[in-house]
Amino acid sequence: MSWFKRNKEGITTSTEQKKEVPDGMWFKCPSCKATLLTKDLAENRYVCSDCSYHCRIGSEEYFEILFDHNEFTELDANMTSGDPLQFQDTKSYSSRLKDAINKTGLKDALRTAHGKINGQDLVVCCMDFEFIGGSMGSVVGEKIARGIDYSRKHRYPLMIISKSGGARMMESAFSLMQMAKTSAKLALMHDEKIPYISLMTDPTTGGVTASYAMLGDLNIAEPGAMIGFAGPRVIKETIKRDLPKGFQTAETVLETGFLDFIVDRRELKEKISTLIRLFAN
Amino acid sequence: MFAVQTTPCMIFLDFEKPIAELYEELKNLQEIQSKGKIDVSASIREMEEKIEEERKKLYSNLTGWQKVQVSRHSERPYSLFYVQQMCSDFVELHGDRNIKDDKAIVGGFASLEGRTVMFIGHQKGINTKMRQYRNFGMANPEGYRKALRLMKMAEKFNKPIVTLIDTPGAFPGIEGEERGQAEAIAKNIREMFRLKVPVICVIIGEGASGGAIGIGIGDKVFMLENTWYTVISPESCSSILWRSWDFKEKAAEQLQLTAEHMHRNGLIDGIIPEPVGGAHNDPHAMAGILKDVLIRELDALSAQTPQERINARIEKFCNMGVVVE
Repeated sequence: MSWFKRNKEGITTSTEQKKEVPDGMWFKCPSCKATLLTKDLAENRYVCSDCSYHCRIGSEEYFEILFDHNEFTELDANMTSGDPLQFQDTKSYSSRLKDAINKTGLKDALRTAHGKINGQDLVVCCMDFEFIGGSMGSVVGEKIARGIDYSRKHRYPLMIISKSGGARMMESAFSLMQMAKTSAKLALMHDEKIPYISLMTDPTTGGVTASYAMLGDLNIAEPGAMIGFAGPRVIKETIKRDLPKGFQTAETVLETGFLDFIVDRRELKEKISTLIRLFAN
Repeated sequence: MFAVQTTPCMIFLDFEKPIAELYEELKNLQEIQSKGKIDVSASIREMEEKIEEERKKLYSNLTGWQKVQVSRHSERPYSLFYVQQMCSDFVELHGDRNIKDDKAIVGGFASLEGRTVMFIGHQKGINTKMRQYRNFGMANPEGYRKALRLMKMAEKFNKPIVTLIDTPGAFPGIEGEERGQAEAIAKNIREMFRLKVPVICVIIGEGASGGAIGIGIGDKVFMLENTWYTVISPESCSSILWRSWDFKEKAAEQLQLTAEHMHRNGLIDGIIPEPVGGAHNDPHAMAGILKDVLIRELDALSAQTPQERINARIEKFCNMGVVVE
């Protein structure tokens, strides 16, 4: 007999109130259930000190982790999405965009910045899952394209941090063509021999995986990140059997040969900075 | 090319019910005629004309969803049919030189009016057994890698490439994921931008998302009149955004996935008209139309230098997207 009983079954928190990054005093690790001080968690790069679970974080946190003294110049900071198709499902795309902008304080699902990492130049394009599931539409594609052009112009190495549910359906074929656009620019960069590091974080799926995320000179990932092309539910429904343990995790993707290594977020900056040095010298 | 006279397709889609009914009446008239007692030949001719008119009327005004249905018609011609109809000396080439031969993507050299062309295309099966053999036109990574191998070979020997796209999507399976479905598609997209030879892509049926664009980067991208091309199938879009499978018609409209929409939105280079009643109603005529377009476009592209083609190819795709600044 328990002391407390739930009045209502299941989770009743509405989606809007769910938080990606903990901002209360305490934080409960979703993996090992340890209770941590939010302040400590932030200092530990949002990695659980007990079980090394990597919490989902956004561009703000990654920029802070990577750039020296959190100093960087953001590129194309004000670019927002058009609504070329006037798309309407249960809600109009334009109002979805407005809501996402208000809720997250972001303009779209990716931010680009140039800064120094241990004194070396680096351009970082970082996705934000909070913004419509980190979906790739025209803004994500265009910002990556311009980020690549900026890297090419100055011959700075590029890092793209992926975190995405895939293409943005509300932009239909426009979003599909962003796979082409980003890969076209990477083809140019490839020929000009400027290093590109692709970091895949939880989750990296769909059209994002099938374009820039898998096209790094180095493809790396955070521990436990879900990485795949088709979603696990779709695969399960198609083949009508259970998926193997660890399927589509960074660890499996490393074993099947599609990653160079897995990096703990607490070592991310040092590792990237070492690589840039190795490429440069 | 002289089209071979073919009998019209007698498998009807739901919206073709008026045509099916007219055929029923025509059959009755033909039976009367065959008995030889009454001469109804004038009525038969009239009925045949009526059918043609009805078909023309119906097909001049198809909705997005109806075009999706036509693109999936079981009698619709597939890649191998087109290559065999348009070319001579087709030699199919197999395997990705790595793990296996994917049956959902076919390819090989063929002679198009004396010019050697590398054809690569998705292939669907023509009956239940073959549909399974072809995995319903859903390729695994080795299919995309075979395609890339053949494209590189075409480039090596300076032969133009034509890809024929018709897939409900790249196959979502365990092995495909483990062998790098995403990596295979991504690499194809990037490498197709770097090909020095002319590349023409034609959506001949379904152009579903990554599975389609994985062989879809070309100097010219065309769609046949009754095909679709976008990031997701209308059914899946309905299930995700409407949380129900019942809004596929609505999703098809919203996605603007038809050739007409895609052309208006500047995402393809042109529309290739189909015979009245769709490609399946007269496959030979369709192959003839496609052949003429390919010859014309290959002539035009061959006049450019490789660097001109690559620059234009990259620029075209880089201009796609709508942002506000």
